[in-house]
Amino acid sequence: MSYCRQEGKDRIIFVTKEDHEAPSNAELIADDPNDPYEEQGLILPNGDINWNCPCLGGMASGPCGSQFKEAFSCFHYSKEEVKGSECIDHFRNMQECMQKFPELYPQEDEKENAPQKESDSASTAPLDNAASSPDTPTEGPEAS
Amino acid sequence: MLKCRTAWNKLAPLARSSSTVCRRNVRGTGLTNGRTPICVPATHMSSGAGGGGGGGGWDNTIYAVLVGAACVGGMTLTYKTLKEDQRRYEERIAEIASRPHRQEALTSSEPAELEVVPSSEADPTAPEVEVEAEVAPEVEVEAAVAPEVEAVVAPEVEAELIAAPATEAVSPSESTELPPAAESKPSSATFPSHVPYLLIGGGTASFAAARSIRARDPNAKVLIVTEEPDLPYMRPPLSKELWFSDDSSVTETLRFKQWNGKERSIYFQPPSFYIKAEELGSSENGGVAVLTGRKVVHMDVRGNKIKMDDGSEISYDKCLIATGGIPRNLQVIERAGEEVMKRTTLFRKIEDFKALDKVSRNVKSITIIGGGFLGSELACALGRKSSEFGLEVVQMFPEKGNMGKVLPEYLSNWTTERVKREGVKIISEALVKSVSFIDDELEITLKDGRVVKTDHIVSAVGLEPNVDLAKSAGLEVDSDFGGYRVNAELQARSNIWVAGDAACFYDIRLGRRRVEHHDHAVVSGRLAGENMTGTSKPYWHQSMFWSDLGPDVGYEAIGIVDSSLPTVGVFAKATAKDTPKAAAEQSGTGIRSESETEDTATSPVASTSPATVVEHKDDYGKGVIFYLRDKVVVGIVLWNVFNRMPVARKIIKDGEEHADLNEVAKLFNIHED
Repeated sequence: MSYCRQEGKDRIIFVTKEDHEAPSNAELIADDPNDPYEEQGLILPNGDINWNCPCLGGMASGPCGSQFKEAFSCFHYSKEEVKGSECIDHFRNMQECMQKFPELYPQEDEKENAPQKESDSASTAPLDNAASSPDTPTEGPEAS
Repeated sequence: MLKCRTAWNKLAPLARSSSTVCRRNVRGTGLTNGRTPICVPATHMSSGAGGGGGGGGWDNTIYAVLVGAACVGGMTLTYKTLKEDQRRYEERIAEIASRPHRQEALTSSEPAELEVVPSSEADPTAPEVEVEAEVAPEVEVEAAVAPEVEAVVAPEVEAELIAAPATEAVSPSESTELPPAAESKPSSATFPSHVPYLLIGGGTASFAAARSIRARDPNAKVLIVTEEPDLPYMRPPLSKELWFSDDSSVTETLRFKQWNGKERSIYFQPPSFYIKAEELGSSENGGVAVLTGRKVVHMDVRGNKIKMDDGSEISYDKCLIATGGIPRNLQVIERAGEEVMKRTTLFRKIEDFKALDKVSRNVKSITIIGGGFLGSELACALGRKSSEFGLEVVQMFPEKGNMGKVLPEYLSNWTTERVKREGVKIISEALVKSVSFIDDELEITLKDGRVVKTDHIVSAVGLEPNVDLAKSAGLEVDSDFGGYRVNAELQARSNIWVAGDAACFYDIRLGRRRVEHHDHAVVSGRLAGENMTGTSKPYWHQSMFWSDLGPDVGYEAIGIVDSSLPTVGVFAKATAKDTPKAAAEQSGTGIRSESETEDTATSPVASTSPATVVEHKDDYGKGVIFYLRDKVVVGIVLWNVFNRMPVARKIIKDGEEHADLNEVAKLFNIHED
């Protein structure tokens, strides 16, 4: 069982697993998904790409930043059946640029980088109790 | 110039006595139309003569003549001086223009006055006339970019001189010489004279801002100016991971192995990420350039430019000040003489790490003064090496236990025990009275009489925010927290933002504060960068911080974590799996700052093997501690509980009064991994 102790102004509570089994009745305020102050994930509420997302690392800001942005935007807005099939040229440009900076863009996983980021980055949503899932769909506003 | 002032001083008493006479007369004769004699000498003379004719006419006339003469004399002197100055100035300009390739040699003090001078020229009254004379000698700036400087000075001086009586042919170097951007003199070929985005300081906040600007403003041209010789790097590994490295060349490579096995450099990006400063102007895709080894000594807010220690200037559209701070030192050490100072390390930069690493291999005993984050981390890091190097590590501080100002007493005591286990000799409640160098050793005498003999001291007693530019830029400095005072959007004045350790900002939720943590530098740098590109978002995403005291004790925290606040701690029994190492392995991140994470966190792998429960009485294995201010949670420490930061952030953001904090603690699932 849990027990409680007071040391001056500090209170200490020890709890067992059973004590914490019942769901919490603490109330949290619902988040507004369109709150402009909040840090956004990869996709903004209006559907645009958030180039400042930490999940992108330095991809959008480095020397090949503009090529990356073009390729990725093309992919993101692509309505083709095979998403991004019309964006081959952009991706090729990006790849060429990246090959010039092997230090920055290690060659082995660079092809995986762009599409992978889109699915992985969904996990940067603000309040995801405990585990963050990499497989959350990315369409629509980021769940809060 | 002085003649003018002495002349005026001589006339003043005369004028005073005359004016009292005049006033008496004026009242007497009923001339109370409000016109003071000083202002309208001509008319007064006539009226004075007429009005004064009734009584005391003789005094009146004398007075009128004297005052009139004084005014005319003053005006003449002013006019003459101005004209003379102007002539001299023009001569100087011509002379300087004829010697365009002089090397710079001046100290920064002279050019500095250049900026101060024009602003005081507005009022051409006698005392200030002297100041204008200084314009001429000051203009003798022999900086490499002299012609550019004059171009800027000319329009300024010109503007002020318009106020003076004589203004016609003001300056030959008219506005044909527009903003220095247009000119690129041969001597400034190493860097551009104008950049859209200028970042002062090359640390974490600056880099985060550069990245943010580049992400939001395509093809942005960003220039970072730093005093250090290094490219931007992250600081936390300097007191943690780099010390745990097995690599003997770590001081050169500065690479560290993260717990997840991945190795990385402390530099945010390799040199190929940046472009050369001289290419910044011509690059069509823009880029980030870094000027190392330059100190910004002066900031001209009106002219939107800064001056560096070599005399050269750069103008900007938007500027970020991210100058961080300088480690504080104890006064007793500073006064103790050179031998002591030589054996004292103030730890902050890469060179300090290299130096301390070298020292730790060559001495028998090191004492760390300071029981906060840096002191404790270094003590643990060195403590681990103590057996390897045969090194005695002592840590002393005025509090009762490590992290005494951060953790509640019971936890601070527990932490201290852990630090001792890392091989550190702890001397608590220690106030240093004096330090001396005797018999080839340092002797630290404490106020209670204890004496500690050691070979080397590391002073980790806090950080002094660097506000050197406050004076020249006219920026406000906060008296409570130190640092530049900025608003919730991190803006100090138009076009100037401040981020990182040096920023005392307004936190909408928690009030005005200044935070000296890595994640805050990232968050605030990113926010400032965003705001520099046109948004106005306030500081809202609460930054976190963390500390590891060895591989077994680690915590993450967020908000105001001050041990003087009442706290409520909810603890579970720790299992062997709850260590910082395990946490990092699970989450796939190497460094626990969330804003840094380039590898996104993957879901923690649920352990299938039964956890061995470590049973200790009152063992604060893992739990969560709430810090309260007026019954609202303003800070949370996650003690050996990881990957729950979003929950903690949410609770602080809500700012609600919770009746039962045990219920809130349930949200953290502290019993699980």
